Amino acid sequence: MTISEMNFFQRMAYIVQRYGVSLLEGAGTTMAIAIICTFLGCVIGFAVGLVQTAEPHKNSSMFTRGLLRTIKLILTAYVEIFRGTPMMLQAAFIYYGTAQVFGINLGMWSAAIIIVSVNTGAYMAETVRGGILSIDPGQREGARAIGMSHLQTMMLVILPQSLRNIMPQIGNNLIINIKDTCVLSIIGTVELFFTFRSISGALYTYFEAATVTMIIYFILTFTCSRILRWIENRMDGPANFDLATGDTLAFTSGLTRYNEKTGGTY
Amino acid sequence: MEEILKVEHLVKTFGTNEVLRDIDFTVAKGDVISIIGSSGSGKSTLLRCINMLEDATGGRILYRGKNVLDGLVDEDQYRTKVGMVFQSFNLFNNYTVLENCTIGQVHVLKRRKDEARAKAMEYLKKVGMDLYINAKPRQLSGGQKQRVAIARALAMDPEILLFDEPTSALDPEMVGEVLDVMKDLAKSGMTMLVVTHEMAFARDISTRVVFMADGRIEEEGSPQQIFQNPQSERTRDFLSRFNGE
Repeated sequence: MTISEMNFFQRMAYIVQRYGVSLLEGAGTTMAIAIICTFLGCVIGFAVGLVQTAEPHKNSSMFTRGLLRTIKLILTAYVEIFRGTPMMLQAAFIYYGTAQVFGINLGMWSAAIIIVSVNTGAYMAETVRGGILSIDPGQREGARAIGMSHLQTMMLVILPQSLRNIMPQIGNNLIINIKDTCVLSIIGTVELFFTFRSISGALYTYFEAATVTMIIYFILTFTCSRILRWIENRMDGPANFDLATGDTLAFTSGLTRYNEKTGGTY
Repeated sequence: MEEILKVEHLVKTFGTNEVLRDIDFTVAKGDVISIIGSSGSGKSTLLRCINMLEDATGGRILYRGKNVLDGLVDEDQYRTKVGMVFQSFNLFNNYTVLENCTIGQVHVLKRRKDEARAKAMEYLKKVGMDLYINAKPRQLSGGQKQRVAIARALAMDPEILLFDEPTSALDPEMVGEVLDVMKDLAKSGMTMLVVTHEMAFARDISTRVVFMADGRIEEEGSPQQIFQNPQSERTRDFLSRFNGE
């Protein structure tokens, strides 16, 4: 039976059978780029967001103030430029630009990772800034009041809480990255979308190949969003606290047992 | 009396708004000073200036003879000596009750973990929150949070504890549990500076009462003197509203 004699489902089955491995490899590449770049993007975002919310110390010199302002200006430019231009063009710009101007051949992987991370970083910077600003100023005052330095306050109190608040946005970025890595096909990265184009080009079965690829994309994004939601719930913990009782008589009445060593419930 | 803190000619302005004008007073070891006065009289700002959460515009704050405002004293070091309890508790939401009380000890005072834990447990027991050490702040009631906040401040072994309206954000039935803890603290000889609207506390527990109005100290004296024989018209006016209740 040739392709043209098959019905819709048979063609899909044929694609999966013949190109299943390629599709999985493509999906693997897509996921690897998306996860690595979301992580790196978060690191960039936290660094940029941290600098952008930093206030000069009241005793700092004019030079320090000027330096901080200059750095902030550069970072703002970075955020605006990378948020304000299409990633597909950025990919072409960086990949071909480095080759032509600097004579550096980045290679598919490093080019892909740089482009997507830097792009995600630009979005995350704004998200992190919002996350830091969303934390009640009382948290900072509470930390300063027990003698924590600015850095300790940020690392121990503010950032962990901001991280929780921006988890939904990190998840959003991961999902966007899974889908948006498809623009990397412009520089020839063999990811899921590239695989789709190869298959549809070879078999002329655009509809079926698209359906199969879409299903794979959806499985990837849906699984990720569920996992992230689960992590969020883990971070929150239960809404109320079962008071452990130290009264041994109460054990028999079904109350939670009191852990002598750690205190609280088991 | 051993003098710990001395405030001299303290001035604080927000733009053109003068919030504190020429404040002078002294805190000696073992003092329990209640600062009373109507809202906007500068009570909280005074406390926040002492803790350097606000930058004073002028004047001096001498901690054991050293001016902490001249930039030579390590701000963070100083703050460990001057603990603060806030109206809105400000417990760290991302840590458990126990961690709230140990994190400062471990990271700021560089105490060993087990040492910090023992100290935290000691104070959590004192405020009656030792059964809740694994709870997160959001799982606690307001009164419980405030008691943990007091334990957190105490665990740093401060020389003075500042209370910024510690019961103002609490439901009436929770005010008592926090005041009881504060009473015990006062009895144990802790040096305390309390901004409060709880007149009974000011009258019965404190060793000295400071009445503030319009950013100035209007009157200062023993509780008996302020409550039974106030000299200034403003003080009488203010207290009559409370006594009239």
